Amino acid sequence: MSVVRERAVRHRPLVPPPRRPPGPARRTTMAGVWPYLLIAPAVLGMLYLLVYPLARAVLISFQDFGLRQLILGDAHVVGFANYRTLLTDPRFWTVVRRTFLFMAVNVVLIMVLSTLVALMIERLGRRWRTAVLSALVLAWAMPVVAATTVFQWLFHSRFGIVNHALTGLGFTSFKDYPWLAHGPAAFAILVALVVWQSVPFAAITLYSALTTVPCDLYEAARLDGASGARIFRSVTLPIVRPLFMLVLSLEVIWTFKAFVQIWVMTRGGPGDATTILPVYAVQTALSQQRYDLGSAASMLTVLLMSGVLVLYFRQMFRQEAEL
Amino acid sequence: MSTRRALRRLPLHLAATVTVVVCLFPVYWMITTAFTPNRDIQSAHPRLLPRTWTLDHFRRAVDADGFGLFWRNSLLVTLGTVVLALLVALGASFAVARMRWRGRRQFMLAVFVAQMAPWESLIIPVYIIARDTDMLDRLPTLTLVYFMMTLPFTIVVLRGFLSTIPPELEESAQLDGCTRLSAFRHVALPLLAPGLMATSLFGYITAWNEFAYANFLIIKQQDHRTLPVWLSSFHNVFGTDWGATMAASTLFSLPALVVFLLLQRHVTSGFAAGAVKG
Repeated sequence: MSVVRERAVRHRPLVPPPRRPPGPARRTTMAGVWPYLLIAPAVLGMLYLLVYPLARAVLISFQDFGLRQLILGDAHVVGFANYRTLLTDPRFWTVVRRTFLFMAVNVVLIMVLSTLVALMIERLGRRWRTAVLSALVLAWAMPVVAATTVFQWLFHSRFGIVNHALTGLGFTSFKDYPWLAHGPAAFAILVALVVWQSVPFAAITLYSALTTVPCDLYEAARLDGASGARIFRSVTLPIVRPLFMLVLSLEVIWTFKAFVQIWVMTRGGPGDATTILPVYAVQTALSQQRYDLGSAASMLTVLLMSGVLVLYFRQMFRQEAEL
Repeated sequence: MSTRRALRRLPLHLAATVTVVVCLFPVYWMITTAFTPNRDIQSAHPRLLPRTWTLDHFRRAVDADGFGLFWRNSLLVTLGTVVLALLVALGASFAVARMRWRGRRQFMLAVFVAQMAPWESLIIPVYIIARDTDMLDRLPTLTLVYFMMTLPFTIVVLRGFLSTIPPELEESAQLDGCTRLSAFRHVALPLLAPGLMATSLFGYITAWNEFAYANFLIIKQQDHRTLPVWLSSFHNVFGTDWGATMAASTLFSLPALVVFLLLQRHVTSGFAAGAVKG
């Protein structure tokens, strides 16, 4: 595609097109070198900052690339050796399973909660609606690192308000409970954090989709004697579905790639309990200085995610076709 | 009648209250802890409202090594990202929305695909490329990476907004003797304001929050760290000083919280537009 563009640029003289006489019906004929000049910075940026690193990542994943090669630059290609190492490592498969578990738990919670919240906002009066929307926006605006730090504080073993509240409610086993020292508990806190951060976006987007359902459709359905559940299934759902699918695939991708929360809060620990693929890749690459294995793990992450991406692209292409 | 109505709507309002509390409590707890004196923070009975208020934690956070410096770094990187992305995206989206040329469809497709870029998987090659080009430990590197992270979204949204502005408006300005550029500047650009706002907000949030690249691309030059990295290390260094950590978190989050709250309506509609259109 870039070949086509380059050729098109080369074949046109590098002078600005003559100023066209003003008049309607001009907009479609504006041609020449200008559009290519206008997109050039974006294309160059994408080539150098996206395509090139991606190509490098693929290359490194096929090389023997450790600290020595990083310094001396004498890496050589070893074929699929890194992938073989990873795929035969039981730890890698545990991480993969955990990644899918983390994603599934998060996404189900996010989608269910945000759908409920969106439906709720739609039924609220103006003042309540503003209150809920503002609260959602504030939770959404909280920077990831700050929110992660705050959650560490909420779940602090000795002075954390959560333990205090749980103890106060009679769950005395939570007195001084060290959440981050227990694998499943740390996992649960990270899920809570990711869900808390993701629901606002999903709920607001779904709510904005709900508002696009024309009112007369509801009235017509009600006149026909449809029940609430039936109206939701037959009127609301078909109209909201494209956006729902979009939010769903976005959330799958985002939770699959969750890195910052985990890295800041647990570094994948305790033990390996919260290590998911992106954390695993960075651990392998930057802590153990096995850049080759890290890159291979990243590439496998991308491959695993592309299953979801296919869904997303199908959706996108359909929208693109409508434009 | 009205009490029955209120009663019927009670579950709804209860749910709304729960939502508001769950959303706001961490934010609230961060801010109040930041104002609570240490002896009350480390008490067996935390109180929802601090008995006495103090600014000590904020003083300690601000006095901590390099606070001003990291604030400045974050601001520079964020501004650079937003301006660069807006300029480049304005040109590209203008070309896409207003001109016909070969490869236009392919370009938009590339932009859509770029929006899904696996940035988390590119840390290693970006690190190596930055090292090879002597760009490690430098703020412009971060700016460029964040610029690329926000560019596709910015192009998509601006194109969406531009295509809702009828070109006839610009054409009539051109009839009145404007050049194409000044017609765009005086007619289309003001109408584009909501789109510019939504996209610069997106760039602002991305750059202000980004942690992974800032953490791994700025290694030796600790003076070039940004606020998120500082906050996470601050927490490690001051491990037990939760008051100062929460004060630092508050100072770090406040700009985002305020901006989001002020622009609430644009945020929601802008992001929804971005989500719908790609």
